[in-house]
Amino acid sequence: METDWIWGLAGGGLIGMGGAVYLLGNGRIMGASGILGGLVDGSGRKDAAEKLVFLAGVILLPLVLSSLFMVKTNTHMTGNVPLIIAAGLLVGLGTRIANGCTSGHGVCGISRLSLRGIVATVFYILAGGMTLVLFRHVLGVI
Amino acid sequence: MRMFFSFLAGGLFGAGLFISGMTDTIKVQGWLDVFGDWDPTLAFVMGGAIIPMFIAWRFTKGRAPLLGGAFPSPARPELDHRLITGSVMFGMGWGLVGLCPGPVIASITYNGWEGVLFMLSMIAGMVVAPKIGEQLDQIAAKA
Repeated sequence: METDWIWGLAGGGLIGMGGAVYLLGNGRIMGASGILGGLVDGSGRKDAAEKLVFLAGVILLPLVLSSLFMVKTNTHMTGNVPLIIAAGLLVGLGTRIANGCTSGHGVCGISRLSLRGIVATVFYILAGGMTLVLFRHVLGVI
Repeated sequence: MRMFFSFLAGGLFGAGLFISGMTDTIKVQGWLDVFGDWDPTLAFVMGGAIIPMFIAWRFTKGRAPLLGGAFPSPARPELDHRLITGSVMFGMGWGLVGLCPGPVIASITYNGWEGVLFMLSMIAGMVVAPKIGEQLDQIAAKA
């Protein structure tokens, strides 16, 4: 759609403001994989309550917005079970091994001009693009 | 107060992911698919998010967080095998389905059993990641 970029820019602005609140208020880097990963592997139990409340906000606001406006709730998610499991495992493993994902390395890392954030982002975008092109256009399975 | 700020940050993050369309896998895969019907939205989302964060990082100079404690230490400069290997693995999973951790969490109430299965698989990956990371360290030490 022609207006998608406006929604993208506005939504991105909200994401950045969320990161700014978390940084300037709580003194923490807003990384989705770090917050969830720290809770599930036990490394981040020290301030578990804060992290759980953060995750509650991430879940609740889209739920409220989608109920209010009944828009954009179609995720077009694949139903291919082996694919979902493989991709989920890769995302969980990769983000924890690299210590960050699109929010931590991408948004928070690039905005402080961190070399690690920039390099991580280049590698996951290249790997994502090459994997998608291989599986969609070469193998034709997704 | 820390709870309120955490919830506010999470809420803004979730709302931003929702209205930007980043919980829609077509838009994310559309950005990665340079040989298909290319969708530039993700670049606008990243740009829109980086601007407020860039300003926020400027504000941290010589100050302390509003609610006490200290700001994160400066970004480490060194690149290591974990950063590269992990990012490549993450990118592969991201490309296959079009979901990264933030949107997985944000869409959990409306992404069906498929979203729940993805979330559980992702958590399983996160739980075993420290062990796999150690094995990667051993391989890297031998290489």
